[in-house]
Amino acid sequence: MFAFIIRRLIQAIIVMLVISLVGFSIKNRIGDPVRDLVGERVTPAEREVIRDRLGLNDPFLAQYVRFVSNAARGDLGLSFFHKRPALEVILSKLPATLELVIGATLIIILVSLPVGIYTAIFPRSRLSRFTMGFSTLGVSIPVFLTAIMLIYVFSVELNWLPSYGRGETVDLWGWETGFLTWDGLTHLFLPSISLASITLPLFIRLIRSEMMEVLETEYIKFAWAKGLHARRVWLVHAFKNTLLPVITVFGVQIGIMFAFTILTETVFQWQGMGFMFLEAVERSDISLLVAYLVFVGAMFVVVNTVVDLIYGLVNPTVRISGAS
Amino acid sequence: MKKILVAVLTALLLFGLGQGVGAKTLKLGLDADPVSLDPHVQLSGGMLQYSHWVFDPLVRWSQDMRFEPRLALRWERINDRTMRFFLRKDVTFHSGNPFTAEDVRWTVERLKKSVDFKGLFEPFDEVKVIDDYTLDIITKKPYALLLNMATYIFPMDRKFYSGLDETGQYKDAIVKIGPSFALSHASGTGPFRVTFREQGVRTVFERFADYWDNGSPGNVTKIILTPIKEDATRVAALLSGDVDFISPVPPQDFQRIRRDKKVKLVTFPGGRIITFQLNQKRRPELADPRVRQAIVYAVNNAGIVKKIMKGTATVAAQQSPAGYAGHHPDLAPRYDLKRARELMKEAGLKNGFSATMIAPNNRYVNDEKIAEAVVSMLAKIKIKVNLKTMPKAQYWDEFDAQAADIQMIGWHSDTEDSGNFSEFLVMCPDAKTGYGQYNSGNYCNARIDELTLAAQSETNLARRAEILKEIEKILYDDAAFVPFHWQNHSYGAKKNIQVEPIVNTMNFPYLGDLVIQ
Repeated sequence: MFAFIIRRLIQAIIVMLVISLVGFSIKNRIGDPVRDLVGERVTPAEREVIRDRLGLNDPFLAQYVRFVSNAARGDLGLSFFHKRPALEVILSKLPATLELVIGATLIIILVSLPVGIYTAIFPRSRLSRFTMGFSTLGVSIPVFLTAIMLIYVFSVELNWLPSYGRGETVDLWGWETGFLTWDGLTHLFLPSISLASITLPLFIRLIRSEMMEVLETEYIKFAWAKGLHARRVWLVHAFKNTLLPVITVFGVQIGIMFAFTILTETVFQWQGMGFMFLEAVERSDISLLVAYLVFVGAMFVVVNTVVDLIYGLVNPTVRISGAS
Repeated sequence: MKKILVAVLTALLLFGLGQGVGAKTLKLGLDADPVSLDPHVQLSGGMLQYSHWVFDPLVRWSQDMRFEPRLALRWERINDRTMRFFLRKDVTFHSGNPFTAEDVRWTVERLKKSVDFKGLFEPFDEVKVIDDYTLDIITKKPYALLLNMATYIFPMDRKFYSGLDETGQYKDAIVKIGPSFALSHASGTGPFRVTFREQGVRTVFERFADYWDNGSPGNVTKIILTPIKEDATRVAALLSGDVDFISPVPPQDFQRIRRDKKVKLVTFPGGRIITFQLNQKRRPELADPRVRQAIVYAVNNAGIVKKIMKGTATVAAQQSPAGYAGHHPDLAPRYDLKRARELMKEAGLKNGFSATMIAPNNRYVNDEKIAEAVVSMLAKIKIKVNLKTMPKAQYWDEFDAQAADIQMIGWHSDTEDSGNFSEFLVMCPDAKTGYGQYNSGNYCNARIDELTLAAQSETNLARRAEILKEIEKILYDDAAFVPFHWQNHSYGAKKNIQVEPIVNTMNFPYLGDLVIQ
């Protein structure tokens, strides 16, 4: 077991080194950060002085070694634009993104379950057909278009909901949350819907097809034959078995949703990590970009490593097959 | 249930709006927020806008480009190198410290240390304090633009910025990257104090109770500035009533804002000239003035202003916009395809040639669309252009490397004076003096250099204007560059916000004087 843990940890470190190396090698392609720090009239010579002071003129390897040794001590450098430690900037933007993803997830669960079940039970009803047609349309509309349309309808024309930003937030032990104020919740509505719109149709279809399949199985027929109440057959016997594959897909989709927050956050001016990332690209804030890549990479590596270790504990065959 | 929810939501929204009007709060949505609270850390339009809100300059430009006294009440020229300023009395900084001539001297010295500003303040020799409210500014040579430069002197609170902060760093240190005292603390004499700031999220300004300018009609007590980068979101925020005032407004949304009864569109001619430079070193054909003229004749810049800019720009045939000393009234745009073809024939290039072109795609209004239009216009005189556009983060390196034969550049004169255009854009490139630093066309004319330098130290303003006009005429005849237009500044606001009197050519809305009805 001990050897297994060590092996997994070494692998994790190698992966982190590769991620940081890739991040580091693209950073010089993104543009010159000094340009964004000075006015347009500053002479090239002056810019060189600043580049020197920032260590941007050092050889690639020297810069990389310096970065890795600092990163090992938890220092990911200073963001050029925010003028604060990059890690601090990223952590301060994390709550916004998580809340957006949580909001979208809640919408997906609350809508896809009843709709999916309904369309499976009554596949020929007019409402089901309409829903299925609509979901096909939903899959094919890009998220920024959905977002702009939502803003146009609900903010500009109807004036029901705010058009941008997070609204009023409350500081909850260092976590800036918008869940606890009415203003924060109204601001969360449109961005969550647009983010949910990407995967919602997928889940409706998935639940529907899984449920229809289950409804055809022998044990459901037996349940009908036994004369069980319809609601019990649908919601208890059939639905439970529908959920298994849905949960697996759900896990994968949450990761994808994080990626899509970049677009949603940009349109809604939502101050999360995705918005920060895109701004950093535009401002060539390369120190923040590299820190972001390493941070996100580290999150995935840690989660995967922990999961692997737990698997190893639970299921010894994983350990053995890994050793051979 | 749904109806009740809607009713409650609407009531809440209305209640929220009603409160806002009572307190005269301005919710401002700009494309970016100030990068720092230290006005000397970066020279950019956004930082100067901020300086006008929190600090006050010695003098400032009025809407018709005259000098308006601010902290300097009046001034007089003592000799050709010295200007004496008489300062306003009874002015206090936000910290409560009194404002004196020492603060001005200290501020100018700090400006000369700033990487971004020291170039502009190079001609300044020293500031001599005569008494608490009188000072002399002495330049190294006779310098015609001393007052223009005084619009950049926003006196800072010397006592407030003196000493060490808790990390042991000098409070007046100008730090580009990393924390500093001045980055997060400010004390000026201006109409507003910064009371909250989260960079990129929100900045809150509150009116300074002891502001000296009692004559100002401004009645805004609080400004909440939110950066909204996405054009469409910014416009939607105005239309939905989430913000009161936005800038800039993208041209494609002008009609939308004009149609709406609750909001209005205000535009003001700006001084930024958009041009293409024709690189004579990279492409020998472009060294022939006839070919350059042919290109200028082939470009329908009036059409670009009408179709692409939707009328929100002023067609240009020279560098200096109207109101500048060097603006030559006789120079007219010259679009004439027939003449262009003739010139190409005269130059022996009836069958044209091919050239490369680069332009940014997020720096100027509609920059990419303008470049695309030029490509099709030049195709008509058989110049086959290979265009590449890129974000500004990558563009300037390519521009400096002169990566293409034809390159786009927009220029706004820091001094609000014609000389600045020529110094950077058309004087012979010289790495030692820094002149012609942005002249990627490599146009080089000894006469232009001579005239531009002469204008710098000519303190007789009428004679100086003649020199500057002569420069524009030569550049026009030589077709030194391809002129397009001067961009207009655009603002969208609710009807009750009196934007018109506070906007100007520099795009520094004087929010201290803003009236909300």
